[in-house]
Order: sequence, then structure tokens, then C-alpha cells
Amino acid sequence: MSFITRGFSGCSRERDERLPPGQTLVQDFPVLSAGPTPEVDTAEWEFTIRTESSVHRWNWDEFTSLAIDDVDTDIHCVTHWSKLGTSWRGVSLDTLFEQVETEQEYVMAHSYGGYTTNVPLDELLDGKAWVAFEFDGEPLEPEHGGPARLLVPHLYFWKSAKWVRGLVMMEQDEPGFWEQNGYHLHGDPWTEERYW
Amino acid sequence: MSDAATGTTAPAPAPSAALLAVPRSGWHVATVASTRRETPNASRIELEVDGWPGNAAGQHLDVRLTAPDGYTATRSYSIASSGAGTRVTIAVDKLPDGEVSPYLVDEVRAGDMLEVHGPLGAFFVWAPDAADAAAAGEARPVQLIAGGSGVVPLYAMAEAHGAAHDLTSFRLLYSVRSPDDVYFADELRRLAEASAALQLDLVYTRRSPAGWPTPPARITREVLEAAVIPAAERPRVFVCGSTGFVERVADWLVELGHDARSIRTERYGGT
Ligand SMILES: Cc1cc2nc3c(=O)[nH]c(=O)nc-3n(C[C@H](O)[C@H](O)[C@H](O)COP(=O)(O)OP(=O)(O)OC[C@H]3O[C@@H](n4cnc5c(N)ncnc54)[C@H](O)[C@@H]3O)c2cc1C
Repeated sequence: MSFITRGFSGCSRERDERLPPGQTLVQDFPVLSAGPTPEVDTAEWEFTIRTESSVHRWNWDEFTSLAIDDVDTDIHCVTHWSKLGTSWRGVSLDTLFEQVETEQEYVMAHSYGGYTTNVPLDELLDGKAWVAFEFDGEPLEPEHGGPARLLVPHLYFWKSAKWVRGLVMMEQDEPGFWEQNGYHLHGDPWTEERYW
Repeated sequence: MSDAATGTTAPAPAPSAALLAVPRSGWHVATVASTRRETPNASRIELEVDGWPGNAAGQHLDVRLTAPDGYTATRSYSIASSGAGTRVTIAVDKLPDGEVSPYLVDEVRAGDMLEVHGPLGAFFVWAPDAADAAAAGEARPVQLIAGGSGVVPLYAMAEAHGAAHDLTSFRLLYSVRSPDDVYFADELRRLAEASAALQLDLVYTRRSPAGWPTPPARITREVLEAAVIPAAERPRVFVCGSTGFVERVADWLVELGHDARSIRTERYGGT
């Protein structure tokens, strides 16, 4: 139903095919958060994965001693901005799930501050997701989810839960905090799964 | 530590009470009904939106512009109006090097057609359904804190509060550059005059009106503490403005003892 908007020409920006529909390239790093930025001390930080049968735990030192990946990726926020070629360091979810046995196929990511977001497990494995604690060579800033955030760059960025503290396996897909408040259950930027 | 990840304690922020009441979002064709200068740097745009399902106070919409070569640009704008009906008001601040805001502020005129998607966001909302609770003395007071154009969704809340004759105690702290930069100036003054339950506090950052008791200055933690409902009264707080403004204010609120879960924020971007 798109039509031309009278009088609008737009900045003559390069069209970049790495940019999904409806996205604008930015150089800065905008912030989407629903409340204040939580302060999380790495001395108290803990990451857990809870399955139907057990709980796996890592403290900060244990976590940062795991195999660390360098990740270069594009990121796309539902509020219409994208950044290309961002660089991160973190632990692959493949590494974390090596130690985890589960039959359940869905994941709820939980964050310090109480936020949650849901992701199917198969969208987190096979090199598709990390728990990242460095951005651009520096420790990840609290504003952007530090000390650690989930990084699931093939989905809209609210799925990359900031201040992540753990994953809970679920039998069925259920909406998390963001999804209950209007964002799409899945969130593929290439098909513009923004809102329900 | 017992935590949310182990499925025991630490409740998530309560899902919005308005969740089920909020209409589904979708794309709509909007016709510009009128535009007017809101401030020297901003315009108010009234839209007639075909098929708009109504919206709650505090929600936003996406505006999509399409250039003749097919290039599109989409940006979010808070809605200054609320309730049923197909008339929707937005107010846009012009960023000097912006792509979309100069178009909306200077170029758009009555009769133009825009594509809008919404209503969006079910968390940063206030609904006057708390009226019963207010009557029963149970409603928590509401503190609104705006920086610049961030007043738009908070104005919608104050307006909905006034229209519903809601008795919940409301206070709006509004930081602006100068007296000329106040959005909805007349409307806000009238709302505050009409309702003892709404208090308006302005902070001028560059130029204050003649005779104003304090020189212009950016908001500080001390000013914030003096001008907001104290943490002890457990207000629900809504903060909106540029990302830097919201980060600063929200951090101070937490330092001042406000429960982080009672603070809802909308960050517009920038620093
Ligand atoms: C939920 C939501 C609601 C919003 N509601 C409103 C509203 O009611 N009124 C309104 O005027 N704007 C609002 N905004 C901001 C709006 O979406 C645009 O970001 C803004 O109009 C700038 O767009 P532009 O195309 O002119 O600038 P762009 O071309 O996108 O950006 C120009 C430059 O300005 C920076 N920038 C972007 N936003 C800001 C900002 N707020 N302050 C300072 N610098 C910035 C960008 O990072 C970029 O460097 C809202 C944003 C969100 C996310």
C-alpha cells in the first residue's frame, strides 16, 4: 500500500543491501530500555541455565574463562536503526549448551532488572548466539547491557537481552516482557516481524 | 542466590495492566488535518487516521515516508492524544541534520498523506482506570518527568487524567530550554488550573522567564529531589526525553530511593 510522500526526497544515502527493510544506518549506538539501567557488579554476577532436570551455574571468573569468540556482526533494532560491522567478544551458546541436556525446545532469557524475552533454542545454537561482555574492544557498558548481554544478531535486538542473568528452558514458546508489551514473538528483521 | 533464572523469586516488571485493553497495531493511511508551530523549533501535526483503533495515553506510532525513488525512512513519534477516535496528534522537534524531523516540522501541510503504524508500546502507558482505586485511596501517585519533546506522551497522560477527572495525584516535572520551548503550554496551564490533582513544575535550562526565582540550568539531582514526589510515597514514575536525559534522571531516581520497577522510561535517541 506504499505511496510516495509529497515533498519527501530523503537524504541521498547509499542503499546498503545489508540493511533490512525499514531500517536506517546509524553511527552512534541508540538505547532501547523500558526502565532505569541496572548496575550489576561482576563480583555478584552469575549466569544460570535451568532445564527440566538441572541448573548449571557460572560466576564471572568461570564464565570469562570459557572459550571466547570474536564476533563481527550487523545489529538491527526494532526502533528502525541498524549498525553494521559491530565487534563483540563473548561465549557462544554452543559452548554453554555442551554441558546441558534438555528435551525442551524454547528458552526464556531472564535479565537483572526483571526483564524477559523468549527465543526458540534452535535459534540460539549453531553459531547464532553468544553471551557477550565486550563491545568494540571495551567492557560492555551498563547502558548497552553490561556486564553481559545475550547477542542474537539475526533477530531484532530486543531479543539480545541486556543484563542477562540466565536462561530457563520451556516446553512451549511463551511471550517474555517485551513480547507481552507489543513486540513480535519471533522478531526476524528481514521479514519485519516487529509487532504483533 | 535465588533468581528469576531458577524460576523462583525476582518477579518481572508487572505486565502492563493495559495489555489486553490496548488495540492491535497495524499500518494505516493518515491524512494531515492541520499543522501548527508548537515552538520555534517544533510543529504539532494533527492526523486523521483511517481505521485507527484508538490508543492509550503514552503510546507511539511509526511514520513511514517514501521518496519518489522508492527510498523509505521510518521514525517513531509519541502520540499526544488518547482514547477512541481517528484523530491523532503528534508533535515533532526539528533536529538540524535530521532526515525525517525537518520534513515533518517544515514541509508537511494539511491534506498530505502519510503512512503510520500503530498504536505501539503497551508498557509506557497510563490509563485512568485507576479512578476507582483513587476513590478508595489506594492509587499510587504518578510522577511524570519530561525533557524537551519528551513531554509528548506525558502530556497525553496528563490530558487523559484531566479528561477522566481522575483523582490520582499527578505531578509533571518538565525541563525545557526556554519559555518559548514549552510544548502544549496553554493546554498544560489549563489542565493544572482545572485540577487540584495535577501539579506542573518547569525547569528552564537556557533562559528563564523574567522574575523566575532560579537562574537557568540543567536539571541536577538536587532539583530533581526537590521537585518530584518523594520515594516514600511510592509514586509510579514515567520519564521521557533524549537518551542522555532519561539515563541521568532514571539513575538519580534510583539513587534517591525510587524502586527501579516503578520507573518506566521512553528514550528518544541522541545523547
Ligand atoms: C518511542 C519513540 C518516540 C519518539 N517520539 C518523538 C516525539 O514525540 N517527538 C519527537 O520530536 N521525536 C520523537 N522521537 C525521536 C524520533 O523518532 C526521531 O529520532 C527524531 O525525529 C530524529 O529523526 P531524524 O530523521 O530527523 O534524524 P536522523 O536523521 O535519524 O538523526 C540525526 C542525528 O540525530 C541523532 N538523534 C536522533 N534522535 C535524537 C534526539 N532525540 N535528540 C538528539 N539527537 C538525536 C541521531 O543519532 C543522528 O545522529 C521518538 C523516538 C522514539 C524511539
